[in-house]
Amino acid sequence: MIKELDARGLSCPQPVLQTKNMLEEMSEGMLMVIVDNTIARENVKRFAESNGCSVKVEEKTGEYQLTIIKGEVPEVNNNIKAGVGQIILISTDVLGKGDRKLGETLMEAFIYTLVDAKPSPQKIILLNEGVKLATYGSPVLEALEILQNKGVGILSCGTCINFYQLKDKLKIGTITNMVEVVESLSNADKVICL
Amino acid sequence: MPLVQDPNLIVGFEKSDDAGVYKITDELALIQTVDFFTPIVDDPYIFGQIAAANALSDVYAMGGKPLTAMNVVCFPIKTLDIGVLKAILRGGLDKLIEAETTLVGGHSVENNEIKYGLSITGIIHPEKVLTNMSARIGDYLILTKPLGTGIINTAIKGGMAREETITKVSNTMVTLNKDASIAMQEVGVSACTDITGFGLLGHLSEMIRGNGFGMIVYAGKVPYFPEAKEFADMGMVPGGTYRNKDFFSQWIRFDSTVPHYLQDIFFDPQTSGGLLISVPRGKADSLLTQLRGKNIHEAVIIGEVVAEPKEKIIVT
Repeated sequence: MIKELDARGLSCPQPVLQTKNMLEEMSEGMLMVIVDNTIARENVKRFAESNGCSVKVEEKTGEYQLTIIKGEVPEVNNNIKAGVGQIILISTDVLGKGDRKLGETLMEAFIYTLVDAKPSPQKIILLNEGVKLATYGSPVLEALEILQNKGVGILSCGTCINFYQLKDKLKIGTITNMVEVVESLSNADKVICL
Repeated sequence: MPLVQDPNLIVGFEKSDDAGVYKITDELALIQTVDFFTPIVDDPYIFGQIAAANALSDVYAMGGKPLTAMNVVCFPIKTLDIGVLKAILRGGLDKLIEAETTLVGGHSVENNEIKYGLSITGIIHPEKVLTNMSARIGDYLILTKPLGTGIINTAIKGGMAREETITKVSNTMVTLNKDASIAMQEVGVSACTDITGFGLLGHLSEMIRGNGFGMIVYAGKVPYFPEAKEFADMGMVPGGTYRNKDFFSQWIRFDSTVPHYLQDIFFDPQTSGGLLISVPRGKADSLLTQLRGKNIHEAVIIGEVVAEPKEKIIVT
């Protein structure tokens, strides 16, 4: 569920306090905050980040929209028994070097094979062109959905999504940031890089 | 604004100094200053004390002796209990008594927001005026109060600060810079300013601008309230901190090791902040001993004045 907060016209610390109140009411989800000055933008961003949320800022004609995501990954991920600690890091939309068409086919085969693999990975982290796998038109969306339903976290790098302008096209999983990526990789028992 | 031309004006407003100084005779000059603001704590008596300590500080920073004071008051007399105003004025008066300064009058205006402060008049020998422009290469920089009151005051406004934090910070803000000023006059120092609206790095920038020398600040040595870190991370950072950072950053070089929250604390506008004293290296120990003898235990060396880089402050 997406909640919204219009904090325009308020001076600090009011935007932070109202953000705090709304985030406290949410167990997880997305909060959009609109502010009209850079001070409120910075303060709200820092508040949310210091509370473990990820924050994305967009400027719109002198106003700022902050997209705050509370809750890192679906809770079920943390409960999954099998495959704890295995992370698959995918930083390309094709598998291997060589012919692109062949690479696409191999990636498709890999992800679909992953669906039945045991144990399931804990998370699949998508970086760089890898994020295209989770967006509209990807040939592996169905497989990723099955994996997600099994409790595998599908995390796409927010910077990469923005870079390739795929924000509106993300079909599955959640947006992550480098802090979470680094933490996940550091804590993983095993990382498989593609 | 056009600058005022007057041979007796020793310190005007062009150098962003703490107060104006005007020579009366060869032995006597007047120091004049005014400051007032909206309440920063809920307790009116403490607010009055803070406002007075803050106003008196400009005179102390110049090495002067405050003589007389006038109250400046805005108060919503129709909607607020007069007892609140009485408590504010009582707080101010008690600080003036402590500062051996005589209240001679004042002026009040009806306004929908409380504001209180004072205009202070002090005296000094014209040749003993300590400005923010006379630091010397090789000097050590000593700060006498911990930083972070702006950030913590924002948190107080937001109802986020604990009672013990409010008490601790209030105790620092009501403390006069009188004893620190006496100590530095006894030792003999190069320059002084009090840390107020521009924050530590803003006031240090004012000390180097146009002077051909630079400074090094040892980030790990600068005293600050630990709560300021907590509240800075929570986004309780006042607008003045950002404005100071925007304007003064051109003179500052941060080492990559200086954390974000410390940068905020170093740019944080202070209310009734401490004195920043530039003291010749050989006298630094004796000044610290004097300050400690007057129970100013937070005072520490936080940096030094250096020949290179010119007109830059390195925070390391």
